[in-house]
Amino acid sequence: MSTVGGNMAAPITSETDGNIKENSMFLKKTLSAVPPLTLRIVAECPVTKARACDLTLPHSSVSTPVFMPVGTQGTLKGITADQLEGLGCQICLGNTYHLGMRPGPELIEKANGLHGFMNWRRNLLTDSGGFQMVSLVELSEVTEEGVKFKSPYDGKEILLSPEKSISIQNSLGSDIMMQLDDVVSSTVKGPRVEEAMHRSIRWLDRCIAANKHPDKQNLFAIIQGGLDAELRKACLDEMTKRDVPGFAIGGLSGGEEKDDFWRMVTLSTDHLPREKPRYLMGVGYAVDLVVCVALGCDMFDCVFPTRTARFGSALVPWGSLQVKQKQYAKDFQPIDPDCQCPTCKRHSRAYLHALFKSDTAAMHHITIHNIAYQLTLMRSVRQSIVEGRFPEFIRTFMKRMFPSPDQYPGWAVEALASVNVTLE
Amino acid sequence: MAGSRMKLELSKVVQGRCRLGQLKEIGRMGQHSLDIPGCLLYTHLGTVPHLTQDTLHTLSSLPTVTQVTLSNIAEHQEVLDEFKGGFKTFAGLHDTVLYCSLHDSAAHRPTGHTTNKTVSVWGSGGRIELTVAKFMALQRMVQPDWYQAMADGETWQTGTSRKRVRKSVDRSLAHLDECLLVHQKSQELDGVSVFGVVEGGDILEERLCSARETAKRPVAGFCLDGFQTGAMDQALRSQLIAAVTEELPEDKPRLLQGVGRPDEVLACVEAGVDLFEGFFPFQATERGCALCFRFDVTPDPESAVSDEERHAAGEMQPNGDLHCDDQTHMTRFEMDLKDKRHQDDFRPLVEGCGCYCCRNHQRAYVHHLLVTNELLAGVLLMMHNTSHYHSFFRAVREALANDKMDLLRRRVLGTLTE
Repeated sequence: MSTVGGNMAAPITSETDGNIKENSMFLKKTLSAVPPLTLRIVAECPVTKARACDLTLPHSSVSTPVFMPVGTQGTLKGITADQLEGLGCQICLGNTYHLGMRPGPELIEKANGLHGFMNWRRNLLTDSGGFQMVSLVELSEVTEEGVKFKSPYDGKEILLSPEKSISIQNSLGSDIMMQLDDVVSSTVKGPRVEEAMHRSIRWLDRCIAANKHPDKQNLFAIIQGGLDAELRKACLDEMTKRDVPGFAIGGLSGGEEKDDFWRMVTLSTDHLPREKPRYLMGVGYAVDLVVCVALGCDMFDCVFPTRTARFGSALVPWGSLQVKQKQYAKDFQPIDPDCQCPTCKRHSRAYLHALFKSDTAAMHHITIHNIAYQLTLMRSVRQSIVEGRFPEFIRTFMKRMFPSPDQYPGWAVEALASVNVTLE
Repeated sequence: MAGSRMKLELSKVVQGRCRLGQLKEIGRMGQHSLDIPGCLLYTHLGTVPHLTQDTLHTLSSLPTVTQVTLSNIAEHQEVLDEFKGGFKTFAGLHDTVLYCSLHDSAAHRPTGHTTNKTVSVWGSGGRIELTVAKFMALQRMVQPDWYQAMADGETWQTGTSRKRVRKSVDRSLAHLDECLLVHQKSQELDGVSVFGVVEGGDILEERLCSARETAKRPVAGFCLDGFQTGAMDQALRSQLIAAVTEELPEDKPRLLQGVGRPDEVLACVEAGVDLFEGFFPFQATERGCALCFRFDVTPDPESAVSDEERHAAGEMQPNGDLHCDDQTHMTRFEMDLKDKRHQDDFRPLVEGCGCYCCRNHQRAYVHHLLVTNELLAGVLLMMHNTSHYHSFFRAVREALANDKMDLLRRRVLGTLTE
């Protein structure tokens, strides 16, 4: 697996200064001709819009469909980099807003980027900071320049512009960077949605121009347009004109109705190029993942699995299990008897239930299990696509997840029907 | 005899008190051994704080004895009763010797609830009162390899009356006798070792009485209670321990409860203690601190930077109070990683430390994790502190073997100038 950019090691032997210069320029040209992202479509589902791909990034290759755990502040909530690697994670997220605040881009650059700082050898994706701007910070003001807000740590006024966001992400050195988009909640209607969509396009161009390392860091565009099909289509038309290595579907997974959600997802994948990855942001519930893979998405991220773990909620093929509840005090089975994760191989529900009263390690056990669950789910999804039995997989998955067919979520049934999968 | 299998093999005794050797054939199957002076693996309900088995086993040499406490376990009695397979299996423990103590030396223990027939422990849901019957019922469910008898050790508060101290001695002997009776009748405890607990507060006569009487009982070894950091100064502690160990049989181990600070450990080893509880690394971790005290005594010209020079270079933290009785305060043996000076320090916590944290991460990263309240901070610090502390014990044994205890003490205290 080739590494691009900063890791070239072969010395150039040559006799004259002129020769050395020529050779190094040749090498530079050759290396920069290798894109920092390549997507190889391994299999396409003949029934749905699902694909299984090999995504090659600077630090390692990634098998899609992929779920990316979120390590907001340069750490995955109590899990070491070794443990995360051991679970088979090939790419995870860092957060530009948080890391930009603490410890800041200059320090992380000194530490050899976020990879060096966290000691993570595989891939990293950083978001732009835009979402936190709007969701975390009360008094933020969006102008054409960028997002103005007051730092929660020292009260100073900060402007997060497209240029600033990319500059921070360049310092972080992530393999995939996200453009700064004008984020509007999916429940907002009216002219603000259109304004945000157009501005996101302008900000995409500014981000592309600001990227100092296009040979090492992939900048993804984020399709906006809210729940308005026309706005979304307009955004898709414009953004796909830009030669970015990948596209994210943004502005969804907020508080919107699932009926609207899936329609925007499928509209987006209908108009995104086949040979580039599609990243659906903020989606991580098992049912959502399976359906959206069927609708043509390749990459997903969500804080839910790791966040819910810390509350003692373990994800299982039939839903979730609240380990802290009394009913598990004397339950001596593992969380999932079929799960191969380190937690399930060694500990019972009863022990974890008891441990929650004594030590934080209880949370780590569940976090490990939940990440394993998500990654295993995606691996199984991928395998079924490769083996041409994805629709069957979907049916089995839904049967296991819901006690009876009349409990299947309506939106999921419709969405799957739209890609030719009928559930009972 | 409760646990006649445990064998203490001494290879060296200094001044008739300070011992180097090995505790052999420990565990029900007699398959483990523990070097002494040594320390136990401190856990909360069988889990080393913050760590899962993966992170725990990054440590190259774990103590062979894992300590659990009834203060963590008592509230789960019903569960263990139903489980029936013993605590080790319940907790999914690796192959280890399980030692069950009464109290958690790193946890706050309220006083005033001990009676003639009962002691109390505090679980997550509040106070649980234990009679000997209940205590022994718990031991039968836990099925440890070794446990301490129930004891009344509430004598560490300053100004404990002589009368109260005497009570603690008498009660503890009575509890011990009752425990041994029940033990002999319990099949589940066949092959399990019992330690008698020596009490006596800070009163020499009481200590001697307790030691002599406890020594008469058929126990496998002795816990020394009531000597916790904060209960008395080290001078008195050393004096009393030396007097106590004089009354105890040479061929049985002595476990000191509640003392973990490196300088106190050294002094107590010299007074005749063999085993210590391993809670000190946990306390440092909870403070956001990394143990960094030196314990190298083999001459190494390359690293001959004197501690004075290190002070000047700002490498050493301002000393925590050497005589600080509050176990929660930072000691001189650690560095506070929340301190801004570590913000852009890309060195490992301790140069040359082989632990996972020092091999993979830098001070700047751990600082960041602490400042942002990230859970990984505790994980990394616990790995480092545990490794550092256990390496210290290895150094103690080596120093004893090579007659370098004095050098070691000065190195640990930071007063060695070469």
